[in-house]
Amino acid sequence: MDLRMLCQAIISGLLTGGVYALIGVGLNLIFGVMKIINFAHGSLLMLGMYCTYWLFTFFKIDPYLSLAITVPLLFLIGVIIQKFLIHPIIEYPEDNQLVLTMGVMLFLENLALFLWGPDFRTVKVSYVGTVLSLFTLRINLLRLIAFAGGLLLALLLYIFLKKTDMGKAIRASSEEREGASAVGISVKRVHLISFGIGTACVGAAGTLMTPFFYLSPHVGHLFLLTAFMVVVLGGMGSFVGAIIGGFVIGATESLGAVIFPGSIGQIVPFSLFIIILLFKPTGLVAK
Amino acid sequence: MREGDSLRKLSYSLFFLAAACVLLLGPHFLSSYLLHVVILILYFSFLGSAWSIVSGYAGQFSFGHSAFFGVGAYASSLLYMKSGISPWIGMLVGAIMAAGLGGFIGYLTFRYKLKGACFALATFAFSEMLRTVALNWSFTEKAMGILIPLKQGGSFYDFQFTSKLPYYYIILFMVLVVLLVSYSLDHSKLGYYFKAIKEDEEAAGSLGINILKYKIIALVMSAFFTALGGTFYAQYMFYIDPDITFGTSVTIEMIVRTMLGGAGTVLGPLVGSAVLESASEVMRSWLGEYKGLHIMFYAAILILVMIYFPYGLMGLLRKGRR
Repeated sequence: MDLRMLCQAIISGLLTGGVYALIGVGLNLIFGVMKIINFAHGSLLMLGMYCTYWLFTFFKIDPYLSLAITVPLLFLIGVIIQKFLIHPIIEYPEDNQLVLTMGVMLFLENLALFLWGPDFRTVKVSYVGTVLSLFTLRINLLRLIAFAGGLLLALLLYIFLKKTDMGKAIRASSEEREGASAVGISVKRVHLISFGIGTACVGAAGTLMTPFFYLSPHVGHLFLLTAFMVVVLGGMGSFVGAIIGGFVIGATESLGAVIFPGSIGQIVPFSLFIIILLFKPTGLVAK
Repeated sequence: MREGDSLRKLSYSLFFLAAACVLLLGPHFLSSYLLHVVILILYFSFLGSAWSIVSGYAGQFSFGHSAFFGVGAYASSLLYMKSGISPWIGMLVGAIMAAGLGGFIGYLTFRYKLKGACFALATFAFSEMLRTVALNWSFTEKAMGILIPLKQGGSFYDFQFTSKLPYYYIILFMVLVVLLVSYSLDHSKLGYYFKAIKEDEEAAGSLGINILKYKIIALVMSAFFTALGGTFYAQYMFYIDPDITFGTSVTIEMIVRTMLGGAGTVLGPLVGSAVLESASEVMRSWLGEYKGLHIMFYAAILILVMIYFPYGLMGLLRKGRR
């Protein structure tokens, strides 16, 4: 094990972390505002990936350009899920909310299975093998784009939350639901927009990953626990926390994969996650 | 008045007699396929009742029960494959190991006061850890999984039968036991403690209930029974692998059926399992060629039940009676 290999692992882990951060930011927005753990998050990622795949296959639209379609489309899907499924049970016990999002997950996964079959698919862009080198380290171009894209979108969302009226309303309802509605914020509308944005984030993350990952109806399972880990690690409801969580999980995953053979390295982020849950459930970035 | 009482007693015993006859003799008249469906209904209702002990009665929502299921399935299968020990003994060993694991997870998570979604996520992480271990350990045959060695003709010692009937009686007995446990939870001090913790933990604590202890007991009991289901699965299907046993699907199957029927009720898991399994089989025979469609259908049922009948089908029945 030499130093170069470790650095290489950390770099590629951080690059993946950029995408994880975007997934986590989406999940965290939904959790922060509605206090709902969204088990359908992984399957929404899957929808984003399929959307990109079909735009590429049928219309030869470059995966990165397809963001212009996947983001609004996933936003719309999120709004529909919120309006017809989540909103009616917003005051129900937590168990019901968890199980409802599980039902949405099962539905979406099997919808994909029904429509597109169980085959594994990939998108092959012409620049797939491009590798940049930085000193002696190698950086995969597709992962670098995904990293930059993930952070850029997260930054845009951050500005939206800080500067616009809607963004401020979202943050206010996240802090204090009753108080927000008392000062005239339409909490119902805030919920619609938040779930839409959260879904659009994870859809965009799916698009960014499609050029270097395979897709299948059940691909979301791979990222479900990852998304939760990112969110808990950074602190539930914390925006900056989700970004940091994304990097930490990305890096530990990648380091674990280099140090241990096979997929046993996955144990490293899992243990980190459990330790954080037990000893610092408010996350690394406490509010 | 007394005459009415004895009349009621008579009608109850007649009902039980009839039910016993149907349960014991009925399967002899079923086709192999229908018997398989009945076995699945009972099997899922067994798992659901096991999950419901900690998540329904004691109110601690677990999303990692596949950990206990997998331990049960792997313990009996490994003991049988590697040293020829009867799966019946393996079943008990697996259940005790799972109970130990449940105690360990429970102590860690409840001691640090994890509840709600955080507890669900912690159990999820534990089950994924075990899945990763099973996938990478040569002792558990890694991703290849374990094919249970078949004996000619089958025998009770090997927990292998050529007909489905013995499996039916075994799972029927298991379901009756777990129903009895659920029933006694409804009528015992232990069950009242569980329910008090579920309703209001702080109030229960201030009344002098040792919350940590009773939460751990609930998880240990639940883990024990779940592992028995794991061994049954291994011996009924003759094949296990890390994704089947430790994956999220098993956990989701338990949760979905129980919540549909009503968590924390005696008959909820059985009702949920019967409704979902029959609906799903009918849908499969209609729409089987369209992969995924029958699961979409049952996911839709689940979503509708969660929205309109938050306490499941049993909650609906109870409301109707009131």
